[in-house]
Amino acid sequence: MPSPRILIKDHSAEANLFARRTFIGLLVVFVMVSMVLSNLYYLQISRFEDYQTRADGNRIKVLPVAPNRGLIYDRNGILLAENRPVFSLQVIPEDIENLELTIKELSTLLEIDEEDVGDFYQDLKGNRRFKPVDLINRLTPKEVALFSAKQHKYPGVSVEARLARYYPYSNALTHVIGYVAKINKKDLQKLSEAGFEANYAATYDIGKRGIEKYHEEKLHGKVGFQEVEVNNQGRIIRILNFNPPAPGQDIVLNIDMNLQLEAEKAFAGKKGTVVAIDPKDGGVLALYSSPSYDPNLFVHGISSKNYKKLLTSDRPLFNRATQGQYPPASTIKPLLALAGLEEKVITPESRINDFGKYQLKNVERIWRDHNPWGHGWVDVTKAIEVSCDIFFYDMAYKLGIDRISESMSEFGFGDYTGIDLHEEADGIMPSRGIVKARFNRPWYIGDTINIGIGQSYWTATPVQLTQAIVTLVNKGKRIIPQIIRGNMQKDTVILEAIKERRPIAIKDEHNWDIVLDAMYGTVNRKGSARKAFKGAHYISAGKTGTAQLVTIAQDEKYDAEKLSKKNRDNAMYVGYAPYDNPQIAVTVVLENAGHGGAEAAPIARKMMDNYFRDQTFPEHKVIEYLGQDLESTEITQVESQP
Amino acid sequence: MLRTKLASNSRSFLQRIHCDGALLLGLLVLMTVGLVTIYSAGGQDVGLIQRQFTRLALALGVMLVVAQIPPMAYQKLSVYFYVIGIAMLIAVLVIGVSSKGAQRWLDLGAFRFQPSEIMKLAVPMMVAWYISRFNLPPKTWHILIGFTLVALPTLLIARQPDLGTSLLIACSGVFALFLAGMSWRFISFVAIAASAFTPIMWIFLMKDYQKQRVLTFLNPESDPLGSGYHIIQSQIAIGSGGAQGKGWLQGTQSQLEFLPERHTDFIFAVFSEEFGFWGVVALLAIYAFIVIRGMLIAVKAQNAFSKILAGSITLTFFVYVFVNMGMVSGILPVVGVPLPLVSYGGTSMVTLLAGFGILMAISTQKRIMSRE
Repeated sequence: MPSPRILIKDHSAEANLFARRTFIGLLVVFVMVSMVLSNLYYLQISRFEDYQTRADGNRIKVLPVAPNRGLIYDRNGILLAENRPVFSLQVIPEDIENLELTIKELSTLLEIDEEDVGDFYQDLKGNRRFKPVDLINRLTPKEVALFSAKQHKYPGVSVEARLARYYPYSNALTHVIGYVAKINKKDLQKLSEAGFEANYAATYDIGKRGIEKYHEEKLHGKVGFQEVEVNNQGRIIRILNFNPPAPGQDIVLNIDMNLQLEAEKAFAGKKGTVVAIDPKDGGVLALYSSPSYDPNLFVHGISSKNYKKLLTSDRPLFNRATQGQYPPASTIKPLLALAGLEEKVITPESRINDFGKYQLKNVERIWRDHNPWGHGWVDVTKAIEVSCDIFFYDMAYKLGIDRISESMSEFGFGDYTGIDLHEEADGIMPSRGIVKARFNRPWYIGDTINIGIGQSYWTATPVQLTQAIVTLVNKGKRIIPQIIRGNMQKDTVILEAIKERRPIAIKDEHNWDIVLDAMYGTVNRKGSARKAFKGAHYISAGKTGTAQLVTIAQDEKYDAEKLSKKNRDNAMYVGYAPYDNPQIAVTVVLENAGHGGAEAAPIARKMMDNYFRDQTFPEHKVIEYLGQDLESTEITQVESQP
Repeated sequence: MLRTKLASNSRSFLQRIHCDGALLLGLLVLMTVGLVTIYSAGGQDVGLIQRQFTRLALALGVMLVVAQIPPMAYQKLSVYFYVIGIAMLIAVLVIGVSSKGAQRWLDLGAFRFQPSEIMKLAVPMMVAWYISRFNLPPKTWHILIGFTLVALPTLLIARQPDLGTSLLIACSGVFALFLAGMSWRFISFVAIAASAFTPIMWIFLMKDYQKQRVLTFLNPESDPLGSGYHIIQSQIAIGSGGAQGKGWLQGTQSQLEFLPERHTDFIFAVFSEEFGFWGVVALLAIYAFIVIRGMLIAVKAQNAFSKILAGSITLTFFVYVFVNMGMVSGILPVVGVPLPLVSYGGTSMVTLLAGFGILMAISTQKRIMSRE
């Protein structure tokens, strides 16, 4: 490089200066290395465990594994709810070159409708490309076979099996078992509120109605876990650990499937319900509500077309046995009689003369007996046997609403029975307070008189009525009806404890016998259910009822033909058998059918016949009337006018 | 007997090809570490290793070629290098090719070329040439001209925008001035001026994505799935390596792909995860060895130009190492600086080894002193 000036350089001074600067430079390098190292020491040594946890958190995912739902059996070991594999056609997007073409080809082989394809593309959005998406939710076994034969042509398409609920008895048990269906947002919210969210992490279905809902906790089981290593895309690289789920408990119901099927048969084409309970343990032997529906429709999501079919005026979704609130009508006369005897408003001997009409002093209104000519002289026994209305109008008037309400509440009216179904109504046991609160109406004396024949505001569910009969049969011991019998564990049933309420205390134990004898008379002497039970191989007792749904004007006659079917009387029957050692108590309600003795009692007969199909009973001679001769009894004056 | 003969032979061979043995050893060890780590980080992709190997061989070839040129030639060529470089930087701003929002490339038909790579060597050469013309320590006046020589390319590259490279090039120039004996008074003045310049740079010069990088660096957890993701995952990788490391090919953060830019800019995180703290200490020792060797070459160099150039190249090399490790471990903001000789790929590898070629030329080509 040519330079205009000759530079005289002091080389040793420059070298010294440079060496100093180099040393300082190295010093700075040393400081920077220390900075890097101290930071790495902090990350790798001081906070090692922290970062190790975070690294594991990145790579280890815990995947829940759903437990198998417990099975449901009847009392004789018949399978009522099972888990069956259902097949779905799944597609792994990343393994398929041309999705549209593949779907087109598949639709020539299998049935794929536009809704399936629409849902598929919807699910595809936001899905990881290696995660399978359902194309068809339910494949028929034939379709599975068809596809399996040609699977090699479709890489990335596979058939996946999962267990889903199946109810082999479909319509027959719907209102008992209910059904499971896909967990929805509302269910999720409830689960998270109860703290069960984690346990349901992999579960597909949840109990929506009936036993499936009530005993969900038992049936569900405990979730299992699979510990897997994943990459940043969430793809599973390998399984590290497996913690198997604990399956749900298999449960046994008190239901006798044979009896239940008898109920279904008896109600074919009819509207109504039957409840049968074993008075010894409160076990529900049968519970059928007609019309019914197929719960299997709901398991895989019911189509709106099918659902609309269920929203008819016949209300198949409605559980008449536990939610139907019917006027109990004459079926509660034995219970009212017991209250009358207890309160000494009547005695076993007191009687009235029934001319067919009943009227209070200074009240214009006339109450009529269902028999326009009356029953003549009746005591309490005959009043129950022939279902005399005048006797009970009078007795109710004398008891007054307060005492009736109190004693009937003791039998469980106006309150939930506590049966293991969430679908239960409480009915109304009217009192002055309740009528004021619910209807904003004062209590009239006429209401009390109507209460005497189980009408007015009084409503009860069939399961409430059955429970009351069970209490009566057990002479005050109150057992809560239960559908579940116990848990199945290795072929033995661990029985569920019998649940009881505080028993009804009574002043004169003899009063039970008077009432029960009258119910015996209803069936076996000249009572209203005599015809229905003629020739039965067992001895039963019961009470008929005919619930009026419309008020008949004073001078009008009830004419079934004239009334529209909807407003025709409900036929009712409560009964139990055998009389001396009750094994079954039955309530039958037949909507808009007419007279209880003629319409409802025969169904109760069928139920009992079925239940005692394998039992024989000794010859029985009818116990004659316990009451005294008409002549020797004192006469109670009745304020009734001819 | 045999051993001494071999030793003398090899030394003479290395000397004949103007190669500094110690420096070469350090570089080869680093390259080996790089290949081993890339194999793990790249999902055991042999193709990746082959490409990197080819690139390394090419870069070593360039280094050897550069080492054959006498330092005097560099001194003479400095000005031309610098002027051509500046001209190309201006050309980039006018007719350059854009990619990812930055205009850094010149399209030369057959290949694309980043003129800023030339400036990585041209700037320290130019400053060394200019400052060594005068008696050292330099006068304030000369220092100011030196700073101007540095500032011109720095600002041109910052305009592309390529903040990381522009700052590193500025460093190389400033190191040259520092080694030349820039007065402490001036150093403190520069420090004050630089800190005053920071807010101006923030407001007028930095683009939004650059600001975002700095903000993310200050608080990575503020956006753990977005811009903070890289640094968080990187720290997890490093921290979970612990003292011993998870073992080669055993790093979960890298093998399961949680770590971004695994085989390129963030390869240090992979190394730290698999080889642990003690592995990092060893790696830093290799870098330190190269830096010390480079500084020794600088001290022993024959003239001021060579001393200043060798020292600047060495210190700049270390700054690359420091910036990369600092950004990967979270003490510096994320700028796209690879870990020298270990990270996969890059034209920067060629520039880097060309720099070491100059160091080797300075180390091995010494004229017998003549009294002139």
